[in-house]
Amino acid sequence: MGAAVALVVGVASALASLGSTSLLIVLWGGVKTAFPLDAALVLGLALGALAWLLARRGQLGPLPMTLAGAGLTLAWTLAAGGDPYQLGLGALWSLLAPLAAGGLAGLATAYGLREVRLDHPDGEVWELVGLHLLRGAAFLVFVFMVVFPFWAMIAASLKPRAGFLADPANLGLPLHVFSEGFWPGLQKMFVGYREVLVTFHFLRYIGNTAFVATSTTVITLALAVLGAYAVARLEFRGRAVMERAILLTYMFPAIVLAIPLYTVFTQLGLRDNLFGLIVVYLAQTLPVALYMLRSYFETIPASLEEAGLIDGCSRFEVIWRITLPLALPALASVGLYVFMIAWNEFLFAFMFLDTPELFTLSRGMVGLNSQEVPRQFLMAGAVIVTVPIMVLFFWFEKYLVGGLTAGGVKG
Amino acid sequence: MPRGLKARESRLAFWMLLPTFSIVIAIVILPVVANFWIAFKPIQLGDLRPPKPAVRESVRAQPKAAGEVLEVRYRVQNRTDNPITWVRIEDALAPGLTPAELPEVCRVQNARIFCELPEGLEPKQTVNLTLRFTAGPAYFEAGAPYPRDTRPVVESKAPNPILARPFTLDNFRAVLTDPDFWPMLKVTLAYTIFGTLLSILLGLIAAQLLSPPFAGRQVLRGLFLFPYVAPVIAVAFTWVFLLDPFAGTINALLLKYGFVHDPIPFLSQRYWPVHFFGMTIQVPLALTMVILFEGWRYFPFAFLFILARLQAIPSEIYEAARVDGAGIWATFRYVTLPQVVGILATLFLLRFIWTFNKFDDIFLLTGGAAGTETITIKVYDYAFARANLGQGAAQAVILFAILALFLVVYFRYAPKGEV
Repeated sequence: MGAAVALVVGVASALASLGSTSLLIVLWGGVKTAFPLDAALVLGLALGALAWLLARRGQLGPLPMTLAGAGLTLAWTLAAGGDPYQLGLGALWSLLAPLAAGGLAGLATAYGLREVRLDHPDGEVWELVGLHLLRGAAFLVFVFMVVFPFWAMIAASLKPRAGFLADPANLGLPLHVFSEGFWPGLQKMFVGYREVLVTFHFLRYIGNTAFVATSTTVITLALAVLGAYAVARLEFRGRAVMERAILLTYMFPAIVLAIPLYTVFTQLGLRDNLFGLIVVYLAQTLPVALYMLRSYFETIPASLEEAGLIDGCSRFEVIWRITLPLALPALASVGLYVFMIAWNEFLFAFMFLDTPELFTLSRGMVGLNSQEVPRQFLMAGAVIVTVPIMVLFFWFEKYLVGGLTAGGVKG
Repeated sequence: MPRGLKARESRLAFWMLLPTFSIVIAIVILPVVANFWIAFKPIQLGDLRPPKPAVRESVRAQPKAAGEVLEVRYRVQNRTDNPITWVRIEDALAPGLTPAELPEVCRVQNARIFCELPEGLEPKQTVNLTLRFTAGPAYFEAGAPYPRDTRPVVESKAPNPILARPFTLDNFRAVLTDPDFWPMLKVTLAYTIFGTLLSILLGLIAAQLLSPPFAGRQVLRGLFLFPYVAPVIAVAFTWVFLLDPFAGTINALLLKYGFVHDPIPFLSQRYWPVHFFGMTIQVPLALTMVILFEGWRYFPFAFLFILARLQAIPSEIYEAARVDGAGIWATFRYVTLPQVVGILATLFLLRFIWTFNKFDDIFLLTGGAAGTETITIKVYDYAFARANLGQGAAQAVILFAILALFLVVYFRYAPKGEV
């Protein structure tokens, strides 16, 4: 492996690490100095040289490189007076930020040179290294792209208007409130949440949304199990047509249904009503749920059920005692997916609900989106809408991923 | 299978599918039919409330002593634009009052006043009914009750405008001759095609990143799903806030680093001039932003499917390619791509249709302003912003026709058994 390759990789990793770290610092506490290009160059060359030396001895690994990167930046930080980014966050943070950046640069260099062997021909080495660098860059971009808005949502929900107007580029947490003591500081930080939950009645909306989403999930599961079982196991005419029809309904645009449903529900008095909303959600989720469960039921061997039927169980007993226990993972997937759809739904909640007592969270959020309400409250509302579904999602990620892929789910 | 058993299975299947079918028919199929119906009728949002007459009771003369006259007037008004075919007013009559002069349509029976307009009321028509009574001593013994203390009970009949109005093609004429019609279709197509392509491209890259196993892959996979799982209203409002020209973080960063001299109104400006080799290109700014949002929000969907497909590719194929001396690009081009091309095609068709149907995202980001009005936004705009349900439904019928075309393509070309 050429020394040139190692040096280029070292510099590229150091640039990327310091670049992304300073971007994170911008979001954490606001930028005070320019991007430390010279430092990145020196650090990168040093890491590249070290990597080359280690590789010659066959000892190139992530751990020594990370430690070396962190050690080098620590030396530089101390030499530069302890706070090269001029963060002014106190000694701990001022040391930790460049330390993390340096460690990351070392790790990235080791990663960039992974699988590169000394006896490779040159062309192949460059291709491999180029790919590693591209992958690394793509990782940074994707992680940033996904995390940034959610971080911004949380940071903005904790910061009062005045703080934003003074420095809109700063998405840091307003840690200075703790100078008044822990408890008052905490209260000040979360004032947006208290306002939104109590004054803007989001506590009630959480209840409404949970009621709507839970009812939709339970009813959809119950009806879809029956339907899916019939399609998967029973013989009847028109089965093929029915499968097509199910697929077709989840290609239907909600907005085409909106006008007639609004018209008819208004005239029937079902419009400003949570049960009307649940019925609409049922229609939106049932076809997909049925489709997903059917696919799963078909993987369960029919012989198990036939044994039950011969033993004298009725069809419903067979479903309850044999099929459902076997289909529990699929039920979890479908249930989570249905819950997510109902929890997140916006269009029909927005069009149907007029009475504030009945608002779901999506509908309530619209009320926060006004000039008179501070952005901080809007973002606190956004966090409140998002957190339950995210917690649920992380808890059951395995099932949700199964649910999302099983039926080619709408979104 | 014996015949009787087969019939029994059929019957059982019917009952098990009945609830799902009823709900889908009631909430999906019937509304689509109703939408066609409304599209051919001149119906406004205000027509949904059944027309009711407004009745106002006033006391024109109040007797001071026995023998004097009490005069009550009912003013019956149809303030709507729809005819009312029959009205009946019923009110209590205080004791001791004898009718002196009643309109033809009114009578008194069992101490109650009944007035009936069998012809009903034309739109905007007002009818005054003046009733005169002579007050006897009993009226004063009862404490001379004020007539307005008892409220008249009003009943009426009116045809439902949705059923009664004549069929017409006016809505379609209005929608198709709208000067925004063709630009709107162009915007819709651009949004659909580029949004779909972007989300699939990002999904493909993300799936490539997470396809080889490494520590922390599960966590990253969960993280990458965030934009798709989070409620649309929360992420849309967050991006609106980040892209705000005055208090938004992105503009503040761009200004701070000196990339721009004036803040960019990302979501509220139609065109942004880009200078390129001495030429100035007008980039549709807001439209580009909503397409980027589409790519950001839906890449996880493509990502999941492509990742599942990638992980199903047997590793022997890669071994073989390596033995044959295929480079990285050649491996991707000749091994990976042929394996995922089927799922890519399916994803394209599926996402194309769903993006075409998409309403919430643009509605929350721009409200359809600044050159981002797609066909779904237009439906909403006609029906609810301009309160013209008929025209909105006509626009929805056009949307449906285009969609039907896409669906034919989908069912014709979608690879079987992929999704």
